[in-house]
Amino acid sequence: MEKFSVLNGLVAPLDRPNVDTDAIIPKQYLKSVKRTGFGPNLFDDWRYLDPGEPGQDHSQRRLNPDFVLNQPRYAGAQILLGRENFGCGSSREHAVWALEDAGFRVVIAPGFADIFFNNCFKNGVLPIVLDAEIMDRLFAEVEACEGYRLKVDLEAQSLTTPAGEVIGFEVDEFRKYCLLNGLDDIGLTLQHVDEIRAYEERRRQQAPWLFGAE
Amino acid sequence: MGAKTLYDKLWEAHRVREDADGTALIYIDRHLVHEVTSPQAFEGLRLAGRTLWRRDSVLAVPDHNVPTTQRRDGVAGIADPVARIQVETLDRNCTDFAITEFHMDDARQGIVHVIGPEQGATLPGMTVVCGDSHTSTHGAFGALAFGIGTSEVEHVLATQCLIQKKSKNMQVRVEGDIGTGVTAKDLVLAIIGAIGTAGGTGYAIEFAGSAIEALSLEGRMTVCNMAIEAGARAGMIAVDQKTIDYIKGRPFAPGGEQWDAAVEYWRTLVSDEGAEFDRIVTLDAGLIRPQVTWGTSPEMVVAITGVVPDPEAETDSVKQSGMRKALDYMQLMPGTPITDIQLDRVFIGSCTNSRIEDLRAAASVASGRKVAANIKQAMVVPGSGLVKRQAEAEGLDRIFIEAGFEWREPGCSMCLAMNADRLQPGERCASTSNRNFEGRQGGGGRTHLVGPAMAAAAAVAGHFIDIRELDEPV
Repeated sequence: MEKFSVLNGLVAPLDRPNVDTDAIIPKQYLKSVKRTGFGPNLFDDWRYLDPGEPGQDHSQRRLNPDFVLNQPRYAGAQILLGRENFGCGSSREHAVWALEDAGFRVVIAPGFADIFFNNCFKNGVLPIVLDAEIMDRLFAEVEACEGYRLKVDLEAQSLTTPAGEVIGFEVDEFRKYCLLNGLDDIGLTLQHVDEIRAYEERRRQQAPWLFGAE
Repeated sequence: MGAKTLYDKLWEAHRVREDADGTALIYIDRHLVHEVTSPQAFEGLRLAGRTLWRRDSVLAVPDHNVPTTQRRDGVAGIADPVARIQVETLDRNCTDFAITEFHMDDARQGIVHVIGPEQGATLPGMTVVCGDSHTSTHGAFGALAFGIGTSEVEHVLATQCLIQKKSKNMQVRVEGDIGTGVTAKDLVLAIIGAIGTAGGTGYAIEFAGSAIEALSLEGRMTVCNMAIEAGARAGMIAVDQKTIDYIKGRPFAPGGEQWDAAVEYWRTLVSDEGAEFDRIVTLDAGLIRPQVTWGTSPEMVVAITGVVPDPEAETDSVKQSGMRKALDYMQLMPGTPITDIQLDRVFIGSCTNSRIEDLRAAASVASGRKVAANIKQAMVVPGSGLVKRQAEAEGLDRIFIEAGFEWREPGCSMCLAMNADRLQPGERCASTSNRNFEGRQGGGGRTHLVGPAMAAAAAVAGHFIDIRELDEPV
């Protein structure tokens, strides 16, 4: 997993609640057996005017000029502003892979669906929860100021606006540690092999029906 | 410790270790695997040179991509080459890692959340995970069951554990008698309407109360299935005699002396008297009428007797703009009676409503009636090969076919339209599935979520009608 420490990035707004993972990456692209290449299909139904299929040359499709992320001022954005319940719906990690592949490393919203939130941390993407009032202000500032950037400092748990205002955010200590160091969860868990084996032995005594005949 | 909730008990029974900050390692008893969210996990194992921790905990089945038209050609019968590769990849991974898989041509194949309980592979007291958000379904058996992403699929394959923090406890109580024509689907849609699609975020929800207790296990699965649509990764219901009766004799269920020991343990899987919940929500079952969604989020739901709501009446500006976008997408006008909404297609199926009880409810409406002329297609997709076989033994297939419904092979089908079953742009569908998101059933398609009898009634009428006012068939 790619480390995350400090990011100074262009901010793009997606001003609608309940952005679901079907909208983030539609189902036809989930047929891929790879982890990469989902970027061109991020928000596919909103982004393009014509329907898309896997394997197509998406650069030839007609862009929807009304979709906010298609505006030239947001090209190259790395930070996405969202609204309540961002990432709801399906558990598809492809949604995070698509965001990451399209260049986003931070999503800021007043609330995230649990599975999506969790999936972000597994892929070096930082989801930040801020109060709805602060979100309202950020949306207004981004709208008013072309080239609006935020500095995201994970170690300090802070965002800095172009005007120099510093906004703090909460992040789980363990997840912060993993993200700062780009750590692989599986490697960490396998440091506890003895405890897992001991648990398994106890459990096998208490509830033998949970174990097969291996 | 004092009184514990069901979730507290399940959590504590599976905690391998816990750090001071509450980050815990949770042991996983059952891992269900399907073709869409697993290939990258197996690839990850291979790249890291890792193997499976406990292959007997894993059960695999292809369901999302499989065609529902015919099965005689097996995997070769999947016309879409990209989808076929995904199913072949699952087959190869299961062979390479010696995992039990129900192949496409196996009578036991079906939707992963239907076959787990059907096989007794889902048991009370288990932790059950799957790379699919509707894994909450299995909580109907007093299990802790939740959906995970692909990185976590790999983590469970490699370590049999997940890193988690404990969720908060919520209890949703539905008390009183359910009215005629009101089903488990209506209860859960009403719950989502009441608490919102983010209402359960951060919580594990226990569904309780006399109306929940009165449900069959099929109905309880429908309720727990949609816990995720209320934002909760896990939904669950306490074990009772019905739970135990459902499990007895199923292929993966314990037998002999182990059965008695298991039952003794399972009976403890209830919230203790006086257990504390962080939030309790109570609904009166008697006030719940058949439900229909009107928008693009499951919380956008009203009773069949209602009208499409007016965004002008919404005071929250973010919600108001969300409602406007939804009405624009759904091409509906505020104030339109729900019963005036004309339909193009009807889908009866999905992990929410494709079990035998659902098919019986739909067939009882279809019996002696005909699908309306304006309905282009009305499809019934059983949840598994065994559900299909049972339905055929009961003659339900003939009832559907005579009424003009298509009788299909099992799979996820038009719930998420990864296979060929999908809506065309602009088409409007009455669907027994779980999500009415934009494009969910096909790009530009418009989905209204309902229960199975309401879907069948809509197919017959050509528009939504109140199941309670359906005339006797002529």
